[in-house]
Amino acid sequence: MSLVELKDIYKIYHMGDTEIHALDGISLTIEKGEFVAIVGQSGSGKSTCMNIIGCLDVPTRGQYLLNGKDISQYTDDELAEVRNKMLGFIFQQYNLLPKLTVLDNVALPLLYGGVKESEQKARAMEALKKVGLDSKAHNLPSQLSGGQQQRVSIARALAGDPSVILADEPTGALDSRTGREVMVFLQNLHKEGNTIVLITHDNSIAAQAKRIVRITDGRIVYDGPVEGDRIVATQDRAGE
Amino acid sequence: MSLAKCFSMAISSIFNNKMRSFLTMLGIIIGIAAVIILVSLMNGLTNMVSDTFAELGTTSINVSINAPSETKNIKAADIFKLAEENPRLISQVSPLVTVRSTVKVGTDSITTSATGVAETYNDMKSLVVEHGRFIQYVDIERMQKVCVIGTYIQKEFFEGTIPIGEKIKINGVPYKIVGILEEKEDSSAGSGDDCIYIPYTNATRLSNNGVINTYVVSAVDEDHVTAVVGIIKEMLNKKIGDSDYYTVISMLSMIDMMSSMMDTMGTMLIAIAAISLLVGGIGIMNIMLVSVTERTREIGIRKSLGAKQKDIMTQFVIEAGTVSCMGGVMGIIVGSGCAMIGGVLLDLTVRPSVGSIAVAFLVSVGIGIAFGFLPAKKAAGLNPIDALRYD
Repeated sequence: MSLVELKDIYKIYHMGDTEIHALDGISLTIEKGEFVAIVGQSGSGKSTCMNIIGCLDVPTRGQYLLNGKDISQYTDDELAEVRNKMLGFIFQQYNLLPKLTVLDNVALPLLYGGVKESEQKARAMEALKKVGLDSKAHNLPSQLSGGQQQRVSIARALAGDPSVILADEPTGALDSRTGREVMVFLQNLHKEGNTIVLITHDNSIAAQAKRIVRITDGRIVYDGPVEGDRIVATQDRAGE
Repeated sequence: MSLAKCFSMAISSIFNNKMRSFLTMLGIIIGIAAVIILVSLMNGLTNMVSDTFAELGTTSINVSINAPSETKNIKAADIFKLAEENPRLISQVSPLVTVRSTVKVGTDSITTSATGVAETYNDMKSLVVEHGRFIQYVDIERMQKVCVIGTYIQKEFFEGTIPIGEKIKINGVPYKIVGILEEKEDSSAGSGDDCIYIPYTNATRLSNNGVINTYVVSAVDEDHVTAVVGIIKEMLNKKIGDSDYYTVISMLSMIDMMSSMMDTMGTMLIAIAAISLLVGGIGIMNIMLVSVTERTREIGIRKSLGAKQKDIMTQFVIEAGTVSCMGGVMGIIVGSGCAMIGGVLLDLTVRPSVGSIAVAFLVSVGIGIAFGFLPAKKAAGLNPIDALRYD
């Protein structure tokens, strides 16, 4: 059984009379322990794809199996439960709550997961240790640098011990050096056996994953190992 | 998510926006304070009024007669006879003849009213004679020119002395002072201390027309007031025939009337104060709606991390409830304080009732929850992607 299984997924938006096919029949399977990069230009549909994988949105048509369960027709609250238990998000804008301490931010998924309060703190602290920010636990996010905030958001994604970590342009708001640090982090997480889905428009970032899914105009145009992707390969050569 | 956590979240959110939270609360503070002040003052006023009436005797019945002709008039003897015939119902009676009079001592004079009464009157109205004695039966029988005065008259003419045995002229006729009443109020003109009592037999003479229009009757107790009113009316009906020519009013019915009037007035005032509570509630709703819009992104983040609709809903409802609850507590403090100060200024015994405070508190919490519901529902129903993208 695959961890993530998208079967002929369509997402159609209506803009007045015209239909916009954000996703135009996507089928995708991600196994446990994979490090997949979903790459595409803006408007290609990669964000919609990530929203559907992340259970933030439901497809117009098609079937989505997560851990073997068909969640395409789940209600709002059922999706919230799935997000809480199975998914960890890392956003481009970190999306930390500014009024909460770093520790409370990391503990949020546990809070909504109904974990006991004492255990929440312990597990949040553990996650912070993993990203090396346990010393900043009682600071506010605004007192941290961008790279540190992104690490906090990684800790938050890890805290709930999710099946899939979804990283949406995780380096987009960072300078290249801290961006690289974050990528090293993700690679370490992958080595530890976590399943990571990275969404990016940046081919050089995508190249650090193991597998690339390239989306153009709502369709998958390439799905395979990094080495086989023509565009990334060209860029790599150019870079060298 | 535990309720305690919700409260701590609500409180930190309130303190993060101190000014705004306070202004939101202000509507509730003013509304609750207004209700408490009005309830307390109305209670104080009602108590004062019923105390005043009770002082006048709750068993007392006033009979006013405006006979169509001399022959049909009710004489003092008729009333006394009625009392004698009904000793189980009527305890005491007294005619009441009020004479507008000029009172003179030497060259000083004041205008006041002298009241002609029977010897029973001080008992009926709980008048306390401080010096000397009250009017006696023999004074009435012999039409003695004696009077009992209040402390205002004493102060006006005989400041600092006890003028028992002194003479005052009432409408030109010299009267001997035989008694002085205890001070009831503040010895000023028009107060309860501005009074002169003389035998009613003399008063009918002074009043020119020589008829008695008013009687005061005391029932043996409050339970017999209605029966006494009945027999008086029966007697008057026989003598006069037409109920247009007399009125019989018991103090008890006056008190009832008064308190029902006060109740109506109180209810109306509270209804008006309740409008300000409603406005306060709308203020809360307004701010919560703004807050939901402002925190759309926060809601999106919380939902993306697994917050259910119920969680978001609880968060906002509790926040609104906490705001209005805090406003309610402040309103209770402000209201009770103002009511006490008002009570001192107006010389009323004001004690905000525990009941009204409890109701005010519950109402304020209820308003918060009720008016927080709509914004909370809006927040809970937000689509997580739209909320996350919101700037």
